[in-house]
Amino acid sequence: MGPGLIQLDQGSGGRAMHELIDSLFISAFENPLISERNDAAVFENPGGRLAMTTDSYVIDPIIFPGGDIGSLAVHGTVNDLAMRGAKPLYLTAGFILEEGLFLSDLERVVASMAGAAREAGVQVVAGDTKVVPRGKADKLFINTAGIGIVPEGRHIAGANARPGDLVLINGTIGDHGMAVLCKREGLEFENEIQSDSAALNGLIELMLEAYPGIHVLRDPTRGGVATTLNEIAEQSGVGIRLFEEKLPVRADVSGACELLGLDPLYVANEGKVLVIVPAAGADAVVSAMKSHPLAKSCSIMGEVVSDDPGRVFLRTRIGGSRIVDMLRGEQLPRIC
Amino acid sequence: MKYLDEYRDPQLAGELIQRLRRRTFSKKQIRLMEICGTHTVAIFRSGLKELLPSQIRLISGPGCPVCVTANEDIDRAIWLSSQPGVIIATFGDLARVPGSSSSLHIERSKGADVRIVYATLDALKIARENPDRQVVFLGIGFETTAPTVAAAIQEAARLGVDNFSVFSAHKLLPPAMRALLEARDVNIDGFICPGHVSIVIGAQSYAEVVEKYRIPCVVTGFEPIDILQGVNSLIDQVESGRAEVENQYRRAVTWQGNVAAQKLIDEIFEPEDCTWRGMGVIPKSGLRFRKAWRKFDAAQRFAMPEIKVCEHPGCKCGEVLRGVLQPTECGLFRKVCSPQDPKGPCMVSSEGTCGAFYRYQK
Repeated sequence: MGPGLIQLDQGSGGRAMHELIDSLFISAFENPLISERNDAAVFENPGGRLAMTTDSYVIDPIIFPGGDIGSLAVHGTVNDLAMRGAKPLYLTAGFILEEGLFLSDLERVVASMAGAAREAGVQVVAGDTKVVPRGKADKLFINTAGIGIVPEGRHIAGANARPGDLVLINGTIGDHGMAVLCKREGLEFENEIQSDSAALNGLIELMLEAYPGIHVLRDPTRGGVATTLNEIAEQSGVGIRLFEEKLPVRADVSGACELLGLDPLYVANEGKVLVIVPAAGADAVVSAMKSHPLAKSCSIMGEVVSDDPGRVFLRTRIGGSRIVDMLRGEQLPRIC
Repeated sequence: MKYLDEYRDPQLAGELIQRLRRRTFSKKQIRLMEICGTHTVAIFRSGLKELLPSQIRLISGPGCPVCVTANEDIDRAIWLSSQPGVIIATFGDLARVPGSSSSLHIERSKGADVRIVYATLDALKIARENPDRQVVFLGIGFETTAPTVAAAIQEAARLGVDNFSVFSAHKLLPPAMRALLEARDVNIDGFICPGHVSIVIGAQSYAEVVEKYRIPCVVTGFEPIDILQGVNSLIDQVESGRAEVENQYRRAVTWQGNVAAQKLIDEIFEPEDCTWRGMGVIPKSGLRFRKAWRKFDAAQRFAMPEIKVCEHPGCKCGEVLRGVLQPTECGLFRKVCSPQDPKGPCMVSSEGTCGAFYRYQK
């Protein structure tokens, strides 16, 4: 396939493109639906309500500590489905490649995507490839769309938070954004900060089996925990109070944030879920979470209140209180 | 984390707050100014204000470098960004500050090449990577930033990088403190002196102000315990009628400061009279290139036109910067001026007083 660099004709619809699709994509994603090579994947309606979502990935750098744009594109879309209580089934994958992209980078990204899909139990059933001239895109952009089924009785949405509910998170905050930023800016610490990028559908199933009455699930990606909680506070018309000493932040992430003047509350996560649950169900959810590798360091970090609807507050370590506003402006561009 | 957690200890904080609450005050209101924007943000983020007795009022000063940059300097930076072949390298906050009719952020969306850097040396790197372009670094900042800019200029000279220049709008804090005390509209009983700036200039730099104006000065760190200790020391001084330089931030600041950094500034720059937003011209409060280094001065390299400045008529950033008004007393605050659509610099900068009020204050 040429000199190991992506060429314009590999997105032209002709022979070169077919070779790329066959040798790389179809063999990596290997499943009966994609192997048919038809214009659309056709499958039986699994019954019940369906959930559908889409997301595009433009992260720079495309390979970062703890993951790459391929695994991220699977995790992000799987997680968006899981946040509505859906069981993710099928994904599509659209690739926009920059002419001159290393074929080895593409191979690595596609292999990692296929691995992430296998681990998450989803199939990539349709795809598309375009190549644009050098400089018209930055290496590689991916779009994934996903479809899943929502089992009977699950009603999880951002508008469901109620006063008295507790706010949980499955682990440390800000890992993904700082891993990407440190890699991009060449900042080095004793140990490299790893992205938390992970598929959360397994964890979510476990939590919902333990306590089906969970009110809200939301993954705090761009804009971080602060922005996501503000969205929930607005949607549900409630106030949310966080406790500073309960926020789980890794020491190296906290140190890197101090250095760069960033607040971990606004830094993106790709393997975290905010859980809002009635106080009566919190114990069951926490013990389910603690049994899963992606939620060992889960924390009850806040509560839903009736005063100040639409706002998020932080009770500080020294006993003061301040607003936690939505992210404004761009804190860290191109982190997903 | 070492050197941080012990300065965030809730129990010690509680004791320091109780010490303030238990005491009696000889006057109705004691006004302490935190000069530095980093202090302003730290105070808001820890929710400190509501924990202090009502007699102690913390007011924010002119210590946010982006905020005190004169409007004409913002306009000059925008003009520079429009020159053919020019790459502007700048710290992030400055890009969104509105000038008379635009901002670097807007210019970038129209095609100007404006790049956000974290360090001055990154700007030099951009210059080396783009030998056919002119790279201008916007030198905005206090005594903390100036040595790093000076070092980058020396490095540029050593490497013979002649497509690199600096637009110097650096400012010096002690002259601004003097100007505040000379002005009649500001009442200040004590200064919470900046931590980072003092690392460079040393606690000694406040001796003259203390001597001449009989005003207590305490160099203070940025964690809640630091600030509470600083406030306690200032109140002790005010109540006992003393006026001294004290150094609470001993783990970072010495009496002499960082002499090597001071020499570096002095090698490249010399003080000049300089316009501050809201405060007018303050004698010897800015830094201009010394003759031997002028070839790196963007103001020399580019023939800048006369700039006619126009500010938003209702903007009260000037009064806010002098501590005369609170952001909430400005007619634009929250109504037409917000972090998404800022009318003045104090709303833009992450260290600006208006932005801090908007983001953190109930």
